[in-house]
Amino acid sequence: MNKTLARIRDFKIGTTLLLILLVGIWSIPTIGLLITAFRDRTAADTSGWWEAIASPMTQEWTLDAFAKVLSVDDMFGSFINTIVVTVPATVLPLLIASMAAYAFTFLEFKGREIYFATIVALMVIPLQAALVPVVRGLRFIKETTGLSLMGNFAGAWLVHSAFALPLAIYILRNYMMTLPVALIEAARIDGASWWQIFWRLVMPMSVPAVASFAIFQFLWVWNDYLIAFIFVDSKPVMTYRLLRLLGQYGDGWQNVAAGSFISLLVPIIVFFALQRYFVRGLTAGSVK
Amino acid sequence: MIQDILFGLASIVVGIAASYGVYWGLDQIVNRLPDALQKKVRAWAYLLPAATLLILVLFVPLIMTFVYSFMNSSGKKWVGFENYIELFTDPTFFSVLLNNFLWIAFVPALTVASGLFVATLTNQVGPIREKVFKSLIFMPMSISFVSAATIWGFLYANVPPGRPEIGLLNALVKVFGGEPQPWMLISEFRLNSFLLMIIIIWLQTGFSMVLISAAIKGVPEETIEAARVDGAGNIQLFWKIVLPQIWGTVMSVFITVVIGVMKIFDIVLAMTGGTFDTSVLGFQFYQEYFLNANVGRASAIVAVLTVLIVPLMIIQVVTFRRQEAMR
Repeated sequence: MNKTLARIRDFKIGTTLLLILLVGIWSIPTIGLLITAFRDRTAADTSGWWEAIASPMTQEWTLDAFAKVLSVDDMFGSFINTIVVTVPATVLPLLIASMAAYAFTFLEFKGREIYFATIVALMVIPLQAALVPVVRGLRFIKETTGLSLMGNFAGAWLVHSAFALPLAIYILRNYMMTLPVALIEAARIDGASWWQIFWRLVMPMSVPAVASFAIFQFLWVWNDYLIAFIFVDSKPVMTYRLLRLLGQYGDGWQNVAAGSFISLLVPIIVFFALQRYFVRGLTAGSVK
Repeated sequence: MIQDILFGLASIVVGIAASYGVYWGLDQIVNRLPDALQKKVRAWAYLLPAATLLILVLFVPLIMTFVYSFMNSSGKKWVGFENYIELFTDPTFFSVLLNNFLWIAFVPALTVASGLFVATLTNQVGPIREKVFKSLIFMPMSISFVSAATIWGFLYANVPPGRPEIGLLNALVKVFGGEPQPWMLISEFRLNSFLLMIIIIWLQTGFSMVLISAAIKGVPEETIEAARVDGAGNIQLFWKIVLPQIWGTVMSVFITVVIGVMKIFDIVLAMTGGTFDTSVLGFQFYQEYFLNANVGRASAIVAVLTVLIVPLMIIQVVTFRRQEAMR
């Protein structure tokens, strides 16, 4: 009898109910979006989405909004553009930052601490603070050399990479500091080159930190509006399209909802698939 | 369409291969140097691409921004302090600063508090429930500000009188017998700004919850047991034993959110376009630069923003040095 009572108490029914209520409230906005995306225009215009839950049978469900935004508003093209911006803008800063973090952790050089402190300081600089001169600089390069880094993907990769570097170097270096130095020294004695040690030893061991930064950066670039808006204007990404759709409420809420739904799909899949790494990497970098 | 996909794939492959090639080339060059020199140069070879990018895309532009802030709208003629004088004599700029101040005063503290609250709750239930609840609270982390604006647009939506309500908030207000409101237009007590802040808190609570929850789990069991033996209640236990031990994490989450909130921009752009007193520095910059094409004024605005960020920078560096000393 006592055992059952203890089990009931351990189940924490009150806390669970409170959490269900909380998570319910937390999910209301997203549920509203999902439901609206599958409604037709008149329904979305004339009744609240919550009424559709109340009577799911009498409600007409349709994929029209998806068909419309994918073709007419070319959300499909933007989906591709977003991928082309995001993948290199995630991989490149990782490569550059890993190399730098490797040098900061395992190689000796003059002024190492001061340079690293500078990188820590640069972490807080908002990207707006450098934007105007960067745009002007790229325009200047285009005028003098004909090399265009504006209006195409390369410019966005460059700027995203540069702005990701301070945080990436910081996280990776903090993680690499926890790797056993003895192992690297042993590899050196066995005749491994620094290049081999980086690719065969340090990178494989740094997977948790690499993965967590990769997810962070992927979500950040995928969801970014400002840089894509400035640097890849000829090939609009999804946030850009979505903002245009937002300005067209006249065509009905269901289009914006469907567009949002499409743009959310990849980040949410990435997020749920790799959540474990995300959390581990976020907590590993911080020293208590 | 196929063409776009192929072009995209080719861009990705070329971009990544070229960057790898740069490092490979640098390494090859260093390998051909005499041994003594190799030792000195190798670190710099590995740092070179990062340093080049940081200097050319971050550091020099940052300084140039301050230079431009003393120039006219086309960024070609010196105008001294004119941009700053114009900003600080313009009452709307103070309204913008007030908004930034409100964002910083409320959003980080509330994000930390709600994260702390959820973390304490989820840490009490079984592992499966903990995982499910945490995932659902954390999920908005993956949503863009623009998408969040759409999502919350459905909540705050206001329709012309006589038409059926499609915004949840107004529908609720009606149920309780109130008048539907045009929420985004109400600037009394900055109500519209506070409604925007709720969106950011909604997005970031998951982040704060995850870090704080991990910190709470790291609190040594003995300290809690000892306090219990001494007769401490749950509330005392939390304030006197747990909170002091996780304070470092709480502060670092707080600072991270402050940094994010200082440059807040997308959400204002997507929800209100800065109208009805909702503008913030980040949005003001966007407006001056892209809509008014005023390089000088835009630069002055971010210069103000950067100066406001300097204290955070100092805190970051000091915290970092303290951590290093503990290694």
